[in-house]
Amino acid sequence: MTTIITLIVAAVTFGTVLMYGTLGEILTEKSGNLNLGVEGIMYMGGAFGLAGAFYYEKAAGVAASGPLAIIIAILAAFAAGMAASAIYSFLTITLRANQNVTGLALSIFGTGIGQFVGEFMRVSEGGYVALSNNLKEAFSAAIFPRFIVNIPVIGNILFSHTVFFYLAIVVAVLMYLFLKKTKWGMYLTAVGESPSTSDAAGINIVKYKYLATIVGGGISAIGGMVYIMTTAGCVWNHEGLSGVGWLAVALVIFCMWRPLNAIWGSVLFGAMMIMYLRVAIPFIPTELYKILPYIVTVIVLVLTSMRNSRDRQPPASLGNNYFREER
Amino acid sequence: MENRCAIEMKGITKRFGQVVANDSIDLSINRGEILALLGENGSGKTTLMNMLSGIYQPDEGTILKDGREIYIHSPREAYSYGIGMIHQHYKLIEVFTAAQNVILGLDEGRMDLKAANEKVRSICKRYGFEINPEEKIYDMSVSQKQTVEIVKVLYRGADILILDEPTAVLTPQETKKLFAVLENMKRDGKAIVIITHKLNEVMEVSDKVAVLRKGKYIGTVNTSETSPQALTDMMVGHAVTLNIDRPKYDNPKKKLVIENLTCIDEEGVKKLDKVSFEANTGEILGVAGISGSGQKELLEAIAGLAPIKEGSIRLIADDGTETEISGLSPKKIRETGIGMAFVPEDRLGMGLVGSMGMTGNMLLRSWKNGKGVLVRKKEPSELAEKVLEELEVVTPNLNFPVRRLSGGNVQKVLVGREIASEPEVLMTAYAVRGLDINTSYTIYNLLTEEKMKGVAVLYVGEDLDVLLELADRILVLCGGQVAGVVDARNTTKEEIGLMMTQFNTREDK
Amino acid sequence: MATERTPLIRLAKRTEMKRSSMWMIRVGSILIALILGCLPMILTGNNPVSAYGVIIQGSLSRPVYLKQTIRTAIPLLGCALAIAPCFKMKFWNIGAEGQITMGAVAATYFALFWYNKIPHVPLLIIMAFTAAIAGGLWALIPAFFKAKFNTNETLFTLMMNYIAIGIVAWLQGGPWEGRKGSQLIPMFNDNARLPTVFGVNCGWIIALVLVVLMYIYMNKTKQGYEIAVVGDSVNTARYAGMNVGWIIMRTMFISGAISGIVGFIIVSGANFTLYSGVADGVGFTSITVAWLSQLNSFAMIVISMILAVLEKGSNTLQTRMSVPASIADIITGILLFCMLSCEFFINYKLIFRRKGNNKKERS
Repeated sequence: MTTIITLIVAAVTFGTVLMYGTLGEILTEKSGNLNLGVEGIMYMGGAFGLAGAFYYEKAAGVAASGPLAIIIAILAAFAAGMAASAIYSFLTITLRANQNVTGLALSIFGTGIGQFVGEFMRVSEGGYVALSNNLKEAFSAAIFPRFIVNIPVIGNILFSHTVFFYLAIVVAVLMYLFLKKTKWGMYLTAVGESPSTSDAAGINIVKYKYLATIVGGGISAIGGMVYIMTTAGCVWNHEGLSGVGWLAVALVIFCMWRPLNAIWGSVLFGAMMIMYLRVAIPFIPTELYKILPYIVTVIVLVLTSMRNSRDRQPPASLGNNYFREER
Repeated sequence: MENRCAIEMKGITKRFGQVVANDSIDLSINRGEILALLGENGSGKTTLMNMLSGIYQPDEGTILKDGREIYIHSPREAYSYGIGMIHQHYKLIEVFTAAQNVILGLDEGRMDLKAANEKVRSICKRYGFEINPEEKIYDMSVSQKQTVEIVKVLYRGADILILDEPTAVLTPQETKKLFAVLENMKRDGKAIVIITHKLNEVMEVSDKVAVLRKGKYIGTVNTSETSPQALTDMMVGHAVTLNIDRPKYDNPKKKLVIENLTCIDEEGVKKLDKVSFEANTGEILGVAGISGSGQKELLEAIAGLAPIKEGSIRLIADDGTETEISGLSPKKIRETGIGMAFVPEDRLGMGLVGSMGMTGNMLLRSWKNGKGVLVRKKEPSELAEKVLEELEVVTPNLNFPVRRLSGGNVQKVLVGREIASEPEVLMTAYAVRGLDINTSYTIYNLLTEEKMKGVAVLYVGEDLDVLLELADRILVLCGGQVAGVVDARNTTKEEIGLMMTQFNTREDK
Repeated sequence: MATERTPLIRLAKRTEMKRSSMWMIRVGSILIALILGCLPMILTGNNPVSAYGVIIQGSLSRPVYLKQTIRTAIPLLGCALAIAPCFKMKFWNIGAEGQITMGAVAATYFALFWYNKIPHVPLLIIMAFTAAIAGGLWALIPAFFKAKFNTNETLFTLMMNYIAIGIVAWLQGGPWEGRKGSQLIPMFNDNARLPTVFGVNCGWIIALVLVVLMYIYMNKTKQGYEIAVVGDSVNTARYAGMNVGWIIMRTMFISGAISGIVGFIIVSGANFTLYSGVADGVGFTSITVAWLSQLNSFAMIVISMILAVLEKGSNTLQTRMSVPASIADIITGILLFCMLSCEFFINYKLIFRRKGNNKKERS
């Protein structure tokens, strides 16, 4: 029983990272942009988030407050992600460069920047960058009072998580409401389905594509920050972060481009990624657990293409750029 | 009377690369009037109207609304000037409901689908449209989709409506309904433009007719003061005494026998329904029908490109042996040794490789030839040379991408290649669509030449005048069924026109 | 009202452009990238001119450096060649990373378990051959589903990368682990290592041969013609009697096979062992190499060398000026962004609004 509870708690911790990455990419892909730069975006989010909190503490000294550090880290990561996806947006939307290639270029660029900033901070601060224990705790503390967390079983499963998990759920729900209940959301879906139709209907598709992609990038970047500030213990750790962005891209498919699915999907993927540490299933080598999310995603991808149901397809224009006078 | 002029276009010019689609066109559109914009395919009608709806911007010229100069940069701006266009290819989001499509792009903010559904229902009631606002587009028929498009424009309160070939996909009943709606809107004081090339509709519904020819503006006349003959003259430049040479081939033999051919498309719609007919050597068999009656599927099924539900397609050799080809792939058909040539409707999307030059496109038929892994470019480049010379193709060089050639030259490359394969059966779909008169005659002559060589020619066409003078017999399709086969020398346009619509009439009642 | 004016800049597709101006734009974009690349150096307090000097020196100035640079360029070039036919076909294979990895796995199997039973040359040939088969089969899986069910190949090939990497991680810690607990696969015996020619593993010869072969394949063969037609229009390909599904699968197999050979070159010529990061992003970077070369085999040599110079030079930069080596990725990224952007100016022309009249400039 305790094994299962610790597994779930750990799955949620890693799943939270994924959830941001995935939610951001869902928003991006809804506009028809396949941004394969998530990996780079999350690196940048991680590095700049850490930098934000670190330099804030350096400036504020002992007076540094946890909540403010968290807000600064979120904003720094968000801004970094927006900047990165702004480059992507400019190249693919305005300059109409190939989306796959641009995304990969952003991946290379973003991991480079993330690494560079992480390394640079380490070197310029004399070999070690870390927050004080106070702030570290602020980032990984449960937000509910002790007695709620202490409720047997459900206390741990539901209420023991960091603020980032609950924030991610709020983002997911808001994104769901945005896509399903507002005109902006409907128009964004329309842009992703058919830019020419939306254009003819008078929707400013350039605006929608830019906004969705840039905000999406910002949300994805928060995931990188969350990884560094919780799982990695507020230390730059590029090995741990590598591959998380690609997993988020996989998760978008698994969720069928629906934000609410991302909530349980990311916890499930998180569980699969950390299962090797906690659970041993006979005859299946634990190292192979890590490829489960990808295998599951492939199966989902194949099944949906075989069933060919009209409501469960990628946004129809995903990966294609739009030029109005094309003929 | 006060100034009723809603829109004035002055000196509008639009180029696509080297192609001049509109050449200094003047046009005025009046309130309380239905203006028919008449012209052959490719005469620049749609391009001109796309500049009013904000899809394109003119390279030169000005647009005035109520005497004031306006610039329309986007469809949204077009709507703000009260201009709404219903495109030929419907611009609808398949995964949305009708109502969602109607309110798409209208304004931002909270979405009130309930109110939208109600309003759509009330518009439908007022004009007698039959659509369910909550139905998804992918579940709708073509005419329902068009209805959604029209409701969309009405919902936005447009007072200048442009309809691009609205009747091409409608049954006569639906057309009648549509025209009734147009009359209502005209009485409301709206300005209406219908783009068309069907003369009978022009005469029936319009008040004025503006004619375009090859991107140039020819003139505007009052419908009541003109006749189909006079309009045709304006459209084509001279009276249509087509004078297509139609020699008789001496000894026709059965070449192609089709029995009970049924095709169902990906969406499960029956496109061909138990089609049976024969085509003979030394004969041009015309295929007539309103668009979407199964012409495309018929030719593609014979060529092995469309899946066949049931039925048989047999080719008969000179010695009388029959070969069943239904269900065979194009490759397998070729391997049977039967010479079949096919000039498809979608020239660049199916018949040619747009990014390659003439040589690369000649290779499309012969790429398999010869042993070894390398392609042989010698024969195709000689063939390209020959086609270039004989059909007077205008191209900078043999490797210039055919996509960048003009429509007529593209078609010459395609037809030239297909005829050079010395086929026994030659199928053409809309072979002269968008071509100028001279090129059209070149094509007619080529087809007749092939006929006199003993080839069985299938000619799918939309211009009944041409069918009547070019073909020996005419097969009329209607809703995927054969409405009849008539002798082209002893029939009238009226008879064919009736056959083209009769099945629909019967079914709908 | 602002809306009642023609926009300041309009776009139109360009019809034709002189070759010379095309190359001017491309070279110009590289220069702009190098200038933008100064920014991170200045921000970290380094002199960009001397930093670039170090990059060039550290990658080209001495034979030792040059050899290392070429060693970096080989897999990039090889893999770009593998990707070219897929992209020509508009099949977005971004799974080269996994195809390299699976090729490396196959080669490693023979290197680990057959090195003492088979003589040197046959062993290497067997390794190369099985690596090609493994890479090819790995690529065939997404191609099969694309052909059969039109499954999105971009996403599918992407997933296959991580499955392949996961398999190696398992081999590394499990069946093929050398010393227990080391999580490492033993180094290859000399018998299973590629010989060197002029100081660099003979992979460079393989890569250059592939350049010529791929050029011929794409431009002179029937299969190359088929690929070009499918890439232009699937309907035209069907019309011409081509079996599109078969062509997709065959092309992907060839592509995966070449990537597999690259995997063999990496393990047998450079790393002499297998680990989960064996492809090290080559599969992704080479996509950009292929694309920026306009799928031209010979241009790929140049582009892959430029990227290799950056990578090798930046390592020197790190040791000499303590600038993090990841500057290579940043400059590479900037370079890719600039070169991707410049294609826009080759394909489109901007029409500026002129004051006073509506006459538009013709170009």
